[in-house]
Amino acid sequence: MNGWMVVGVGLVVVVLLVGAYLSMTAGRLDHLHRRIDSSSLALDAQLLRRSSVALELAASGLLDPASSLLLAEAAHEARTSFDEPPSERAMAESDLTAALSAALDADDIAEVALRESGAEMLEELDASCRRVQLSRRFLNDGVRACRQLRRQRMVRLFRLAGHTPWPDTWEMDDTPPPGLVDR
Amino acid sequence: MRVGLVCPYAWDVPGGVRSHVADLAVALGDHGHDVSVLAPVDDPRDLPSYVVDGGRPIAVRYNGSVARLSFGVKATRRVRNWIREGDFDVVHVHEPVAPSLSILALWVARGPLVATWHSSHDRSRIMAAGYYVGQTAMEKVRGRIAVSEDARRTMVAHLGGDAVLIPNGVRVSAFASRERLPGMEADRPRALFLGRMDESRKGLAVLWEALPAVLEAVPDLQMLVAGPGDIDEARDEMPDGVGHCVEFLGFISDEDKARALRSVDVYVAPHTGGESFGIVLVEAMAAQACVLASDLPAFRRVLEDGRSGRVFPNLDSAALARGLIDLLSDPTLRREYVRQGDRRVREFDWDRVVDDVIAVYESVHTVGEKVTEDLRGQIVGRLSSRGEGS
Repeated sequence: MNGWMVVGVGLVVVVLLVGAYLSMTAGRLDHLHRRIDSSSLALDAQLLRRSSVALELAASGLLDPASSLLLAEAAHEARTSFDEPPSERAMAESDLTAALSAALDADDIAEVALRESGAEMLEELDASCRRVQLSRRFLNDGVRACRQLRRQRMVRLFRLAGHTPWPDTWEMDDTPPPGLVDR
Repeated sequence: MRVGLVCPYAWDVPGGVRSHVADLAVALGDHGHDVSVLAPVDDPRDLPSYVVDGGRPIAVRYNGSVARLSFGVKATRRVRNWIREGDFDVVHVHEPVAPSLSILALWVARGPLVATWHSSHDRSRIMAAGYYVGQTAMEKVRGRIAVSEDARRTMVAHLGGDAVLIPNGVRVSAFASRERLPGMEADRPRALFLGRMDESRKGLAVLWEALPAVLEAVPDLQMLVAGPGDIDEARDEMPDGVGHCVEFLGFISDEDKARALRSVDVYVAPHTGGESFGIVLVEAMAAQACVLASDLPAFRRVLEDGRSGRVFPNLDSAALARGLIDLLSDPTLRREYVRQGDRRVREFDWDRVVDDVIAVYESVHTVGEKVTEDLRGQIVGRLSSRGEGS
């Protein structure tokens, strides 16, 4: 009789402990998912900001027509890819990165910077490029932490992540135009 | 932006992290941001208007020195109130692994959170018991900053992932414009040691051992020793025959530290370890003192491998003595180091550094988002907030 009681109490304790662990882990997972959501919103905002400046630069008449066209095209692609699947979006954004580097070499930058409006736009472009880099890094950080947790056996066994899709890192070329950095 | 900064160490005690937070607050203010700093405070009188009292600090041993920290239910309640009433766009905590207000802030808040790692730690020590508890809080941080390569490595070892490197800032103009200490005109060669005298990693013992040789070559040297600690004890450990040239300044304020640096020809940093950045070297360069430092990795990076200051092998008293003699007896050499230091130090000016910090804030913040209270999974939090609501 007594032995059964001990076993029973033991079982209850084990169930409670497992329950506490699961609830704590679910909480962690929830935090991480939210962090990823807000980070990716922040990245969206910075990418939009970057393509806006690119469009503005293209329309400003401060660049030669060929560069303007190239830039306008790439910026437009990046903006319209907003509803596309992430892989295509990342591609379009990487293309914009390449277009920015191509359209803005050190000489172009020096020339554009001579005008007041040009200097302002370069400033804004520099700021948005840097913030894209930061946001992307922070987003990928969150994704990595989340993946690590979701790979744990208990998390998979009890399906703690529910139906939340497997998080993806955001891979793109976000190198700012070299000339812009050493301005 | 409304920015909340959290400093884990007592506001009344000068220190690297504390000065970093104070300077950052001022620089952010200069850039038009609205800043509130939460820090443990011993004496709530004469606080700058932007500092909020986070409770009385308790002295405990932490990371090799005595730190004054705040923790416990009362501290948690203060942090919670500060978050609730602050209406912050971003909360930026410093040294989140220190068992103090920073980790509490991460625990009770949610939203755009940024953390800066300052020091390098022994991995094993942090991974000890309490670490798992802190993990949930740490995982809420959206943007991670490290002030140095070593601090970054520490952070990566603990948490994985990565951090953005933004070095410490120094208010260069505040150092360059200081006057000398009274009675310390440029009439004799002077050198300065800064740091706790009874803390072995600050390296006073290495300097003591080098002094007799230096005095032989530069007999009219005045060696200033500034920093907290027992002066009589330090005097006992001094080698014979150097007492007449050593002047103990004791514990000095930040302003007097700048003035002391202005008053000397050479600043000596014989630190033996545990330094992750070496802000004091940058301060010395800003005050236009020539720097002689041990070759710790952090110091070598700041001094560009000896370009903007002289380095000697760590713990090598003889090399320290040689370096000090060379510098004291050659004004041209000193001038060259000071000139290089002057150039180097611009890279650490707060005016430049604060732009990078703001970029981090903007890249974790989405329009209209605020830092709010986080009550998930917190029994203590729920109880205390209910208690105050009634």
